[in-house]
Amino acid sequence: MSERSRSHRKGKGADDGSREAPMVPRASFESYYGRPILKAPVWEDDIAYYFFLGGLSAGCALLSAGADITGRPALRRGTRVGGFAALGLGSVFLIKDLGRPERFLNMLRVFKPTSPMSVGTWILTAYGPAIGTAAISELQPAWLRRSLPGRLIDALARPAGLSAAALAPAVASYTAVLLSHTAVPAWNEAQEELPFIFTGSAAASAGGLGMIVAPVAEAGPARRLALYGAAVELAASRRLESRLGIVDEVFHTGVAGRQLQWAGRLTAAGAIGGALLGRRSRAAAVASGAALLAGGLFERLGLLNAGRQSTKDPRYVVEPQRARLRARDVLHVAVAEIQTG
Amino acid sequence: MKKTTAITRNSLSGPLDDVAADAGHLEHPPRVGFFTDTSVCIGCKACEVACKEWNLVPETGFDLLGMSFDNTGELGANSWRHVAFIEQQAPSRAPEQAKATVDLPMPSFDLPGAGSGAESRTDFRWLMSSDVCKHCTHAGCLDVCPTGALFRTEFGTVVVQQDICNGCGYCVSGCPYGVIERREGDGRAHKCTLCYDRLKGGSQPACAQACPTQSIQFGPLDELRQRAAARVDELHAGGVTEARLYGEDPNDGVGGDGAFFLLLDEPEVYGLPPDPVVPTRDLPRMWGFAGAAAGAMLTAVVAVFAGSRRP
Ligand code: SF4
Repeated sequence: MSERSRSHRKGKGADDGSREAPMVPRASFESYYGRPILKAPVWEDDIAYYFFLGGLSAGCALLSAGADITGRPALRRGTRVGGFAALGLGSVFLIKDLGRPERFLNMLRVFKPTSPMSVGTWILTAYGPAIGTAAISELQPAWLRRSLPGRLIDALARPAGLSAAALAPAVASYTAVLLSHTAVPAWNEAQEELPFIFTGSAAASAGGLGMIVAPVAEAGPARRLALYGAAVELAASRRLESRLGIVDEVFHTGVAGRQLQWAGRLTAAGAIGGALLGRRSRAAAVASGAALLAGGLFERLGLLNAGRQSTKDPRYVVEPQRARLRARDVLHVAVAEIQTG
Repeated sequence: MKKTTAITRNSLSGPLDDVAADAGHLEHPPRVGFFTDTSVCIGCKACEVACKEWNLVPETGFDLLGMSFDNTGELGANSWRHVAFIEQQAPSRAPEQAKATVDLPMPSFDLPGAGSGAESRTDFRWLMSSDVCKHCTHAGCLDVCPTGALFRTEFGTVVVQQDICNGCGYCVSGCPYGVIERREGDGRAHKCTLCYDRLKGGSQPACAQACPTQSIQFGPLDELRQRAAARVDELHAGGVTEARLYGEDPNDGVGGDGAFFLLLDEPEVYGLPPDPVVPTRDLPRMWGFAGAAAGAMLTAVVAVFAGSRRP
């Protein structure tokens, strides 16, 4: 409760020495009965699952294109199928999280450049069929492969896979803009790092899946991609978690704090384990890959929860805004002084 | 009055003279809004009731929140007007009282609570303020809406088309004021429409019509801004130096509000953000960072495959 709303006694006893001028100024933070100013995001954990799966799919699309061109059939097959499955499952979570899932297609009635969700929907609309075609060509049974449509799909597989790869970096990064383009303090103020965390995590997860699905001889690029992704994700997270002043708290405390800590541990362990042992033992490669996938999922859950938390305490809204206003006042005074003096 | 203006700069943030034209209404009536003068609000909640009645907004149940006379709590899907009640010590007017004092626990000869007469009373005041959707010049909710359900009307207001909203919830997080909300059980986003239907019929919004003290004033925004400036001058001249306008400045983070306020304390005391900014202001910058991250990812993939044509 704010200093000001406490009751003050006056009158009797006013000159018995019990009244003194306050030594500390009035508490600087005030709120309306401590209630939140912002509404908490309505998104359930489903959206974190989608972010994870969408990122995984994008990373897989890139890996599979590289595997296709450099002649790594097992890596190509595993990441094409994995990338398509991840996208399919992710879309289910995405649609399930709507208040009116049956109206999902209303997303396609407009293209709105100011809405990252609209931009993302259109990116996915182009990306889905591309990765889908590449994946179906891997899954065709022999009898279908011999038929005309089957041969057509096989012929389209490479161009489709390359198109998916070209769109994949957008699939992996638009979700970061989607989160930052909100009034949620932890997400909005993380606008510089979130795209790197998301693309890094997408690369790490896909590298992890690559290590699981491909034999060690083919999985070299997957191990290196995992190392790159983990390094970018961890470096960007480190920068983010100490840059935001009071809002930093939400990344270090509570559920979000624990999830992000585990995300960091699992991602680092998976990437390093994969690089050191993944070339020698398939079992170690699979374990490292699983750690990377779990790390990617925890990262998204942790960021979702950090954002939720930052809307629940009005302090995270008021204090940064107050600081901004104070800085502006100082600037105005300085400018006025320069002009007059 | 009809205006015709071409689309100009500042479509994402900053002052914007003609919001309706920016949204594509080339022929349109003047922009309208609310000026809520909280200095004359008596906390009767007629606005809350009139709004619910006219717009058929569902009830929220019987809550006793223990927050003075406020049992509504906040704006939301089912509360499009919300009267806030703040009990606080009145700011001292006389110069000799300017220095506030605090009680120290010193021994005294009186029984506790002995002084219960007029001499023990303090200067107390009750702030009341009827909050509402701000119908921002740059509305975060509208910018992020992926279906086009939220739109800018010819009156410059911001309205959800309920037959289109698919409940994605993006607007809820896009609003820097915490106004719009998804309705439980309905799944769609709801908020004040500034009585779009009544405006079309030439009437004023239900809340403004019901307000008995003209705390809620409806009209063309230009006119309201002039009226508000005059009212602040009047209050300042009368010694109410803490009177200030909130949301009237076209240079603020949302380009100015269509519904703005005269407050008697800091905005956060009323549960309002002190310096709201439309998230869209930084959108080009955000895409810039996303582009850099995407480019780095693509480069990394090329690099991890480079120099290893065959395993
Ligand atoms: S106050 Fe919130 S809900 Fe109202 S127009 Fe502005 S952003 Fe939209």
